[in-house]
Amino acid sequence: MDAAAARDDLGHMIAVEHLSKRYGRLPAVNDISFSCEPGTVTGFLGPNGAGKSTTLRMICGLTTPNAGTATVLDTSYRSLPNPGREVGVLLDASAQHSGRCGREALTLSAKLLGVERGRVDELMEYVGLSRAAARKRVGTYSLGMRQRLGIAQALLGGPRVLILDEPANGLDPEGIAWMRRLLRDFADRAGTVLLSSHLLREVEAVADQLVVIGKGRIVAQGSKAELLAATGVVVRGLDPGALHQALADAGLTATPGSDGALLVEAEAEAVGRAAAAAGVVLTELRPADTGGLEELFLSLTASDREEALIS
Amino acid sequence: MTTAALTRPGLPRLAAVELRKSADTRAGFWLLVVIALLAAAVVVLQLVFGTDDEAHLAPLLRSTVEIMALILPVLGILLVTSEWSQRTGLTTFALVPVRERVIAAKVIGAAVLTLAALAAGLVIAAIGNAVAGGDWSLGLGELGRFTLYELIGVLGGVAFGLAFMSSALAIVMYFVIPIGWSILGETISALDKPADWLDASRPMMALIEGGMTGTEWAQLGTATAVWVGLVLAIGLVRLHRTEVT
Repeated sequence: MDAAAARDDLGHMIAVEHLSKRYGRLPAVNDISFSCEPGTVTGFLGPNGAGKSTTLRMICGLTTPNAGTATVLDTSYRSLPNPGREVGVLLDASAQHSGRCGREALTLSAKLLGVERGRVDELMEYVGLSRAAARKRVGTYSLGMRQRLGIAQALLGGPRVLILDEPANGLDPEGIAWMRRLLRDFADRAGTVLLSSHLLREVEAVADQLVVIGKGRIVAQGSKAELLAATGVVVRGLDPGALHQALADAGLTATPGSDGALLVEAEAEAVGRAAAAAGVVLTELRPADTGGLEELFLSLTASDREEALIS
Repeated sequence: MTTAALTRPGLPRLAAVELRKSADTRAGFWLLVVIALLAAAVVVLQLVFGTDDEAHLAPLLRSTVEIMALILPVLGILLVTSEWSQRTGLTTFALVPVRERVIAAKVIGAAVLTLAALAAGLVIAAIGNAVAGGDWSLGLGELGRFTLYELIGVLGGVAFGLAFMSSALAIVMYFVIPIGWSILGETISALDKPADWLDASRPMMALIEGGMTGTEWAQLGTATAVWVGLVLAIGLVRLHRTEVT
């Protein structure tokens, strides 16, 4: 049995435990924990500036945490002998030398990893970069082409784990569909994928597990089925204030969602009765289709915006 | 997955990659071409306008060394700073997480590049000498001094690049700090003695001209220890602490 296989038996492919990072007094990542298993795609979700990239950089040993640990294949990333052969990383597709051609950028990585030259052309084709594009300088690439080059670079060493930061940014709808198929295939072949996004819709289609982060803290995590299961109703009234009061009087907990809607963890009937008893006119009453995750996600983004407006 | 794939890439392999990086970009390629052209130009100029005793292999080679030593440090600086200015460090340090190994590879790469430049200078000087029909004598000691002269310059560039992690800042500092120190040493009498030991320009001049005294060798040692060794050490501490973004 080789070293890599031995490590498999021990535990998680990626494990983050109580990870924290401060910049001065500002906490960027605050005590977050999650893990990723083989054969799954984990969507790491949060608004811009929530701490996603900082977390991914800490996992990859590029940023030193103030507290907590992150391990990949049960060891710290920095102690992996040849990390590119086990973990494919794409943290920023724009971080490429603009004066180097795409093929050369991949060739450099191939030499470093000790991968045969043939893989470079193979992967260029796999990610849909033509021979002509491969010879062009990266400075002339669109963001979508850079993402494809970055994906090729991440896959070059034949890794079992992929860590991707916003890989769908700049891709067109066809490219996004392609990326989803690629990640699904990778996970189905027992690979582990951790990808971040600031768009719920983007990861919803491909992720098995979701970790939602806001202002450096995890606000929700679990399997997609769990998080997206309908667990309540969305209700709107002509007078939101009165409706909120009526629900409270009936002993129902309501969380404000977007645009005056309320999210209630109760049956539609109970909500309807509470509104009727208080004489509040309802304009909408329906099951929360994404289990409130979308509402939660929107409220995270909205509160960030409010703060930005206040400060 | 084979076990071989899980072994750490050796320093020679890393150095070969760094060497390739210095020539595989548009800017890097042209910088090398310009260095070679300048060496050729200086040989031609020296043959056309120089005195007869300059039209021999050794003085011609010395001129190529001096002109290349002006620009090679910039190459050393860019070899390091491009990881930040072009943000390729994000890939480099993700693939080679023990950051000091990347710098060791860059130092080796820069040294190999310097030897290649010296060899190119030798070829250019030899062609010039053949045309002029000059004297072919070239002492081993002389060749050694020229090599050392270029190496100190390039490694100083690598050190400054790492300490400042910014192309523009490192290039300016590389040329300004030593000059500033020389001026300080000359104007402030109290600094005169320490300046002799920390000012690299005087022993470097002696190094290229030859006939160095023991004191000059010692002064070259202390000045190099500070401007290359200490600066590199500061850079390594910075590299260890910095966040790669």
